Amino acid sequence: MKKHVGRTIFICLALFFMYAPILILAVYSFTNATNIGAIRGFSLHNYVTLFTTPELADMIWGSLLLAISSAVMATILGTMGAIGSFYSKSKMQAAYSTVNQIPVVNADVVTGFSMCILLVIVLGISKDTYVPLVIGHVVLSAPFVYLSVIPKLKQMDPSLYEAAMDLGASPAYALRKVVIPQIASGILSGFAMAVTLSLDDYFIATYTKPATFDTISTYVVNATKGSQTQIKTALWALSTIIFLIVLVIVAGMNLAANKKEKEQLTDWNAAIGHDGKDGVRA
Amino acid sequence: MKQVFSRKQLGIPYALFLLLFVVAPLLVIIYYAFTDGTGHFTISNLFHFFTDPNTLGTLCYSLALAFVTTCVCLLLAYPIAYILAKSEWKMKSVIVMLFVLPMWINFTLRITALKEILTMFEGSLAYYPFFNSVVGMTYDFLPFMILPLYSTLTKLDTSLLEASYDLGANEIQAFLRVTLPLSVPGIISGVSMVFLPAMTNYVVLDMLYNSTYIMGSLIGSYFSAYDWHNGSMIALVLLIIICLFTLISGTDEEEQKKGGALL
Repeated sequence: MKKHVGRTIFICLALFFMYAPILILAVYSFTNATNIGAIRGFSLHNYVTLFTTPELADMIWGSLLLAISSAVMATILGTMGAIGSFYSKSKMQAAYSTVNQIPVVNADVVTGFSMCILLVIVLGISKDTYVPLVIGHVVLSAPFVYLSVIPKLKQMDPSLYEAAMDLGASPAYALRKVVIPQIASGILSGFAMAVTLSLDDYFIATYTKPATFDTISTYVVNATKGSQTQIKTALWALSTIIFLIVLVIVAGMNLAANKKEKEQLTDWNAAIGHDGKDGVRA
Repeated sequence: MKQVFSRKQLGIPYALFLLLFVVAPLLVIIYYAFTDGTGHFTISNLFHFFTDPNTLGTLCYSLALAFVTTCVCLLLAYPIAYILAKSEWKMKSVIVMLFVLPMWINFTLRITALKEILTMFEGSLAYYPFFNSVVGMTYDFLPFMILPLYSTLTKLDTSLLEASYDLGANEIQAFLRVTLPLSVPGIISGVSMVFLPAMTNYVVLDMLYNSTYIMGSLIGSYFSAYDWHNGSMIALVLLIIICLFTLISGTDEEEQKKGGALL
């Protein structure tokens, strides 16, 4: 019994240290303090600054647009790659997964630097076209889409596709109506991961972005070095908002996953001829 | 008649993409590392790497920092993952979620938060640079260590533990001789997710006290100086370290699990 109390305390302490900085910052984002320490009074001015400064708004919308567009491209490419590789010969499959692994294990600094050398220095594509930046983010995230789709293809019953073909579906139709729905959850989680990776990236963006464009990461890094306290404290508000959004999304996904599990359980119970209550009565 | 459409062909765009934007940049890096400004073959960049005390010092410092960070992360994450995997709390899935959630928040914002707190306690962060670097990186990378450990520990076959108890092992023996060896894949996967970023993620240090001494920052400084050739050499050295690390840990399967486990 005593041991379990110790365990609970340990977990609580760990959570406390992980969340204390974010939560303290969240509290201070609602005050007019410029440093952590002296609370002066309640104020929403950080939130007003965040939403009314054009520079900040541009940076937020720019990051979101970049994240979503690069994630869409990465999801299409990665999914097609996963399907193509899954139905290829095993040697080809091994080649796919080895090369796919390179950006996953590689340091982001090296990926970003090498993208810049190839695209900007060797091929002479201007950074101002946003092409290097978008390609860089697709390189960063497509391998993760590939990795989240492959297991779903492996779990799929191969006879479903054959059955569709036997029933007269063309390969393209069978793919669209049978394979894609079976791997949809993998595609979706790959997309979510691609968005997060793009939003979290600093290194690829620094080496490939246009000089006038900032993502959240590059902006925050510059702002912490600068001396504009108004911008600094507005970022506290941004951090609080992002924390709340992530909390809601992750909690929602967790709930959905739990619900699905329960539904599957009841489906299964129904399939074998009784539901949970009858089981108890019997 | 030859079929017009084949599922294999769907992979062609991605294969071309990988060749163009994953393989080609690495070849370009190798080419730049061994040439000079006029395009002639040279080993002076390599020579420079091994004779510049600054470079070697940075390599040693970043290895030391990455090693300490990885150890601290492992020592913190293992008990957390172990307790979570063993517990039968009703709120377990929520607590696990809370440990993984920071991965989804932009790391520069999290480091900003940490910086404010550390500044409050220490006054100036420049007093304890090594300590602050380890704290910053641990704060950033801890979830990446907890997750693989947790997923390995929950999948652990409990009948093996029961067998060891039946054969007279006490709890410590059972842990050391059953649980710990069986969780090695999780440890390897977690270590590879922390060690390499800790060697290269110079932004954490840069944000905490405006100065950087690790491998990644060397690339950054050569980049700012438009010195592509020496920068490529550093990137190549990092690449070789990463390759060695990957070969030793044999992460191929682990990474695939990680891809699935993140969500």
